[in-house]
Amino acid sequence: MRVIISNSSPVPIYEQIKNTIINQIMADELCENEPLASIRSLAQDIKISVMTIKKAYDELEEEGYIISVQGKGTFVAPKNIELARENAQKDIENHISKIVDIAHEFNIEKKDIIETIDIFYGEK
Amino acid sequence: MKNIIEIRDLVKKYDSKFKLEIDDLKIPSGCIIGLIGENGAGKTTLIKSILNIISIDEGNIKIFDKDYQKYDSIIKENIGVVLDNMFFPELLNISDINKVMKDIYRSWDEELFKKYIKRFDLPINKPLKAMSKGMRKKLEIITAISHHPKLLILDEPTSGLDPVVRNEVLDMFLDFIQDEEHTILLSTHITSDLEHIADKIIFINNGQVILNNTRDDILDNYGILKCDINEFDKVSKDDIISYKKNKYNYEILVKDILKLSKKYKDFVIDKITLEELMLLMIKGEK
Repeated sequence: MRVIISNSSPVPIYEQIKNTIINQIMADELCENEPLASIRSLAQDIKISVMTIKKAYDELEEEGYIISVQGKGTFVAPKNIELARENAQKDIENHISKIVDIAHEFNIEKKDIIETIDIFYGEK
Repeated sequence: MKNIIEIRDLVKKYDSKFKLEIDDLKIPSGCIIGLIGENGAGKTTLIKSILNIISIDEGNIKIFDKDYQKYDSIIKENIGVVLDNMFFPELLNISDINKVMKDIYRSWDEELFKKYIKRFDLPINKPLKAMSKGMRKKLEIITAISHHPKLLILDEPTSGLDPVVRNEVLDMFLDFIQDEEHTILLSTHITSDLEHIADKIIFINNGQVILNNTRDDILDNYGILKCDINEFDKVSKDDIISYKKNKYNYEILVKDILKLSKKYKDFVIDKITLEELMLLMIKGEK
């Protein structure tokens, strides 16, 4: 398990911690049943507040990436591609809802947005 | 999370000029709480009130769920304290202090004390007056935690210390809260110390609590919007918490930066540091 936090990134620290752990699980660097550092020892190690790390772990657990066992610690949950896709889908929906909000606010038409998406797909 | 300290309707007046007034303040256990504010804002008054060193005019304080005056001695057994000025006579050395503390606290842990003294390489036989400020501060903190307190209260523990020593001190704090039942309440004006390790921040200004929130809620939500003089009118008054007018630009304290960065796409919205937040909240125009 490795955790690298950027202080200059606009991404909140708890999200950075979350993302780095998810990435490692997806890349099989963290395997099923592997124990994660305890919240407090990680806090001490990377000098980040306990609540920040707890927030990251809580969300990871909620999203099914990790399992915490009372008195034993936190472990990587069985990898679930479906779940990862579902989460990605949710993430996309969130972003789209934001896009729609902005579009409404500035009277941008749906076809323009779809066109923009097409351009991005073409580029990548 | 349980509360380790509960304060209600506290009033403490010093002459006609200063009044500390806290209606409702709860300190949760198991974390690090940072008390920030200007000099004279009331941080030390609050700490001394909690410690029953000064008497309050009104209100009540509960520590470990017990009335703080009625159970003063039981409570004190479970608190470690570091105040601004050292309370040991200058001629004592570390082994003298060990002897004194053994008599004061039933739960004094000589082994733990010696372990920390060794870890920080402090001189056992030198009198206090011959020690550097950093050594003394480390000694004070070691002394404060060596009777296994549940609550550590520190007033300006890092002021006047160089970055290396400050870092060692912060390490000790993180060490201390490895136990989930341990709590640290510390005041400081070196806010960068708290930026990462504090779980909650309590901001006191003019004797009042003006902000009391988790570190994440504060530092992930507040930000500084920067714009030039002509653009200031484009920012909705409802979004401005306070602002500072400079010669060539405005710095505007805003909340909910994720939302606002979409609303004000053409402006720069920076993350904020506690120091900037403090300055804009205290000195900024409303």
